Amino acid sequence: MGFAQVVGGTRHVFPDLRTLLARATPLRSGDVLAGVAADSAQQRVAAQRALADLPLAHFLDEAVIPYEADEVTRLILDRHDAAAFAPVRHLTVGGFRDWLLAVPGDLAPLAPGLTPEMVAAVSKICRLQDLVAIAAKCRVTTRFRNTLGLPGRLSIRLQPNDPVDDPRGVAAAILDGLLLGAGDAVIGVNPASDNIDTTMRVLDLLDAVRERYAIPTQSCVLAHVTTSLLAIERGAPVDLVFQSIGGTEGVNRSFGVSLTLLREAREAALALRRGTIGDNVMYFETGQGSALSADAHQGCDQQTIEARAYAVAREFSPLLVNSVVGFIGPEYLFDGKQITRAGLEDHFCGKLLGLPMGVDVCYTNHAEADQDDMDGLLTLLGVAGVTYVMGVPGADDVMLAYQSTSFHDGLYLRAALGRRPAPEFEAWMETMGIEAASGAGELPGRLAPALVGLA
Amino acid sequence: MSAPTRWTELRRFTAARVALGRAGNGLPTAAHLDFQEAHAQARDAVHSSLDAGALEAALATLGLPVVRVASQALDRRAYLLRPDLGRRLRVADRDRLPAAPGALLFVVADGLCATGVQAQAPALIAAAIPLLRRTGLEIAPVVVADQARVALGDEIGGAMGAAMVAMLIGERPGLTALDSLGAYLTWDPRPGRTDAERNCISNIRPGGLSPAQAAEKLAWLAGAARRLGETGVALKDEQPAGVMLPP
Repeated sequence: MGFAQVVGGTRHVFPDLRTLLARATPLRSGDVLAGVAADSAQQRVAAQRALADLPLAHFLDEAVIPYEADEVTRLILDRHDAAAFAPVRHLTVGGFRDWLLAVPGDLAPLAPGLTPEMVAAVSKICRLQDLVAIAAKCRVTTRFRNTLGLPGRLSIRLQPNDPVDDPRGVAAAILDGLLLGAGDAVIGVNPASDNIDTTMRVLDLLDAVRERYAIPTQSCVLAHVTTSLLAIERGAPVDLVFQSIGGTEGVNRSFGVSLTLLREAREAALALRRGTIGDNVMYFETGQGSALSADAHQGCDQQTIEARAYAVAREFSPLLVNSVVGFIGPEYLFDGKQITRAGLEDHFCGKLLGLPMGVDVCYTNHAEADQDDMDGLLTLLGVAGVTYVMGVPGADDVMLAYQSTSFHDGLYLRAALGRRPAPEFEAWMETMGIEAASGAGELPGRLAPALVGLA
Repeated sequence: MSAPTRWTELRRFTAARVALGRAGNGLPTAAHLDFQEAHAQARDAVHSSLDAGALEAALATLGLPVVRVASQALDRRAYLLRPDLGRRLRVADRDRLPAAPGALLFVVADGLCATGVQAQAPALIAAAIPLLRRTGLEIAPVVVADQARVALGDEIGGAMGAAMVAMLIGERPGLTALDSLGAYLTWDPRPGRTDAERNCISNIRPGGLSPAQAAEKLAWLAGAARRLGETGVALKDEQPAGVMLPP
């Protein structure tokens, strides 16, 4: 089925849903690279008008990637909850935008009734303030050793990466982060190598730090899921299983994963019963552009595929999900403007689909972006109610060679918006004398560096 | 040394920007401007290029001939916006590649920053060759590639008939590491290989993995790849970690 719209005296025709979605997407380099972007500003608006007129129910009849050919499509359609969809079933995409803006209260009950393509579609006709205002209405709460996503809270993933996985380098960065209020979302290390021994060592280190300081949080080594499975088999203390995921079967294959493998990993982590107050044991990262990068985008725009990755994530009840929005580079998101919009879209789509959505507010040195762009996106996400952001010493990740948000940025955002850490973590900070000591040169006695091997 | 009692002492343990102090919730001015300076340097490093003559001279001392090629990305802007062009060999260069059936092929490529490649690729190759020859592997002539992405090695390796390709390529420059080299090992290289079919050694640079340590790891992976007949997620890096972690 095709779509047509007249704009400026020209009739624009879009042969199918995936093309309509792609042409309606605000400009970004990755869609130009894929050859799916609109040819002109007017064609883009024509697509947006046609999209706005499309009934939401149409998304249940036309898949952007065929059902038979892709396990992510099958997951999306098989899991669709018609009862949850009922309140908005009669709406068009444009009517849905108006409804989302006007409706009071929590949007969480709607999530199982929405498909990724529906939320991607409505995001394409939203301005930044719409993406902020609507996402702020979504409540998503998850638990492992603490409670994430409560109203008035903002959590930080402490990201103490080290270029050679040196345990003392990791420990020093953890201590620095804890002293600046970071670590309630997770203490999560990206290992420099996917070596099983290294992964086991870093897992042991993180668990020792958590136990010796008695921190009510969870740890994670962001190794490939098969490495984590091996670590579990060998008895390592795995709290959360991490994996990068994408929105098509093909991109997941390029990551070396499938739904079956993710299911197996979740079951292995659940069997360890390490969560004290909840059993959200998965941690996923995503990011616009990964499908094209793996040549697995199937003619779709990168933002629609990104939203489909959230359908994969929600199947596994994760504790944390974040887009690494500016990490992939300028061929997908060219500059600060494109990164900002994409970060807000990802947060919006994730939240509407019911995920505990964080964002790695970040950029690489080959992108046209700088700290000012990050301050803007960070602040917008804070207003939108982002579940967590990253905390990296001085915003400079010395292992992954990109700039994310700093521990200081987390302090800024919490202060600017009156947000607090997860309640269990906040109480722990008080016990340890962290806020009282903050800014003074002395380390609080209860956080003795020797306890974590720094001597 | 005794255990630290002051925040600033954490700097002993890491090159990361720890113990920066606070001005309210923000960074003190000096730390803020240090960051801005590092970012300016990194921005310039993205636009650095390989000195092929110097590389050729360094590799000649190892007895390795060098072939120079380029991708289809004609300049830096095209390279940044069109990674697909950086993965394809310039058509005229294809005929200049010698056959090297069954050999291990090193491709030395600028990637996102040439500085570290220039400094570390010859040292890594020099350290790796005796280890690789011990396992009976032939070493192909070295290919030096401009405006290259990792997957360019697949087309080059495929054209030469190499058993595997070790792509030594400049990583995206960070603020603290402007000179980092990555090594990507791919068994049976040919266009269409995915990233899950490679093994990667990253952060080869002063303060990270030394060229000698990286060479050891590469040789281990190459040996394992040959036994297994593949690289990627199927080849778990089970080399004992003790050798790479400082005591």
